[in-house]
Amino acid sequence: MNTPAWFAAARSRLLLLAIVLLANVLVAPGFLEVRLVDGRLFGGIIDILNRGAPVMLLAVGMAPVIATRGIDLSVGAVMAIAGAVAAATVNAGHAWPVAILAALGTGLACGLWNGVLVTIFRMQPIVATLILMVAGRGIAQMITQGRVLTFTDAGLAGVSSASLLGLPLPVLLALAAAIGTGLLVRGTALGLFIESVGTSPRAARLAGVPAPALLIGVYVWSGLMAALAGLIATADIRGADANNAGLWLELDAILAVVIGGTSLYGGRFSIGLSVLGALILQGMRTCILRSGLPPELNLLLMAVVVALVLVVQSPACGPVLARMTARLTRRGTA
Amino acid sequence: MRLDARTLPLLITVGVFILLYAACAVQFPAMLGTRVIGNLLTDNAFLGVLAVGMTFVILSGGIDLSVGAVMGFTTVALAVMIEGAGLHPLVAFTIVLAGGALFGCGVGAAIHWLKAPPFIVTLTAMFLARGAALLLSTDSIPVRHGFYQTLSGLSLSLPGGGRLGLIALLMLLAFLAGGVLLHFTRAGLKVYALGGNSRFAGLMGIDTGRTTILVYGFSSTMAGLAGIIFSLYTRSGYALTGVGVELDAIAAVVIGGTLLSGGVGGMAGSLIGVLIQGLILTWITFDGSLSSWWTKIAIGMLLFIFIGLQRLILHFSAPTGRTG
Repeated sequence: MNTPAWFAAARSRLLLLAIVLLANVLVAPGFLEVRLVDGRLFGGIIDILNRGAPVMLLAVGMAPVIATRGIDLSVGAVMAIAGAVAAATVNAGHAWPVAILAALGTGLACGLWNGVLVTIFRMQPIVATLILMVAGRGIAQMITQGRVLTFTDAGLAGVSSASLLGLPLPVLLALAAAIGTGLLVRGTALGLFIESVGTSPRAARLAGVPAPALLIGVYVWSGLMAALAGLIATADIRGADANNAGLWLELDAILAVVIGGTSLYGGRFSIGLSVLGALILQGMRTCILRSGLPPELNLLLMAVVVALVLVVQSPACGPVLARMTARLTRRGTA
Repeated sequence: MRLDARTLPLLITVGVFILLYAACAVQFPAMLGTRVIGNLLTDNAFLGVLAVGMTFVILSGGIDLSVGAVMGFTTVALAVMIEGAGLHPLVAFTIVLAGGALFGCGVGAAIHWLKAPPFIVTLTAMFLARGAALLLSTDSIPVRHGFYQTLSGLSLSLPGGGRLGLIALLMLLAFLAGGVLLHFTRAGLKVYALGGNSRFAGLMGIDTGRTTILVYGFSSTMAGLAGIIFSLYTRSGYALTGVGVELDAIAAVVIGGTLLSGGVGGMAGSLIGVLIQGLILTWITFDGSLSSWWTKIAIGMLLFIFIGLQRLILHFSAPTGRTG
């Protein structure tokens, strides 16, 4: 692994994010202002971070899964289940910490189910997680009995509305998860092991990497992150909406990871770049919403961005682009 | 008889369908009537047509997430062309089918030339088609053309009071044509070869690029046909039509015994897969006391059982059959 390649990858994503933020400034001149009101920061950037928090969390869980050449389609449904469990628990008269633990435990169990299907039953990840994606929303609806399960517990609602050091709690949770996961996989050999399983499961096994435990681990982690995102989504509306909570967010998370430069064929991944990808997506969405353009444009814009990333990353164009960049940088330094 | 990875899943699927249908019939004798069968085929016609295209894609080792969005786009495009521009429905049908074919070929070309995973390319295509449909119109547009009334009225009377509508016949025709194309032509063989192992297929002299492009082109054409069927079914066009039906189509194909890894499966199973899903829905409607979420849970459980069975069969037949 050479540092310049990593740096170039980060630079291009930061450039993309800068363009998106610039577009935001153009449509809303006061976008970059950050004000402190009642001990909490407000402003465009904070708004993007806050609204992007669920997808950031999902992307943090999804990146290691994709690095093992897997995919987790169930995260949106897990969000709905976790939210439903949390709302049902506080409504049953339990305290909010119990509800949060119950929701996180549910996410853990969902991830374990996915991991066992992929590892022990040797199902393809896309089918294994499709099962929970289809059935999971049904389970969430069963818990809420098909209604939006509202609650009044201030503690549980605080997951979304509380703030610390001026930053909204969802932002802190997402950043903490990203930094924690990043340190875990890059501070230890864990990240390298995950990448080795994705690059060549056989070679990884021969090298003594405990692939099954690792695979179950990444799916459990993804389930846990999804449960956290589900808690935020539920606290946000003070109710569990089994039909809409996290709907299609698995696709956003996968796109964020792909924009972050991780190949769906497994291998090298980056938590930081995946989080940047989630922020780019959220920045685009906010920009379209603020500009007053039809929100449908966002889908087209997302398609264009992903298409660009695919073209740049494709084996056919990659070398050509790399040579061009190399020539440009040489000219720049000369 | 040895366990065969190719025929056994189909037999199990047929067995499950018969058992399920028998269970339904015992509880509600009315479900044996041709009226229910006619409705089962008519209500699931669009899903069946999508499953025909999806069977090809999955057998070739790919996946197509864009079909629901292409179907939605088609219904809006039809409504806009017929009601807005005053085109004759037949002209509009031709345009959307050709457009669907072109779109799919573009998707296939992107998958082949960019060497990108089908999942992410077709996901991009899904955003593109859904976004374009919403740009055309965010409202549901009714189609009042006289020709639509005529087409909707066409039906084949079955003994026992049931009716097989035009769209149900179209679906059966699509399955028949797809089955012949897949199982009795060289093109079908190429799809199997591509799904079995694309590198070996290339080494055997199969033009993998051309096959990939045609497979996705076919799938999108079928999605266009499904859009026409849905448009006839609801006599309207709405951009959010068919959100998530790609998952139902994938589930139908998988329940029908086709392996998602490609190369193994067939067309007949997909039809049964569609009918099993339709039957569960009909059962829940008949029962009345079961809530709608049981549909999703039941389909999830069926997926689990079928894929688990396939794994077992592959495991036991590995010494004689294919590996991986």
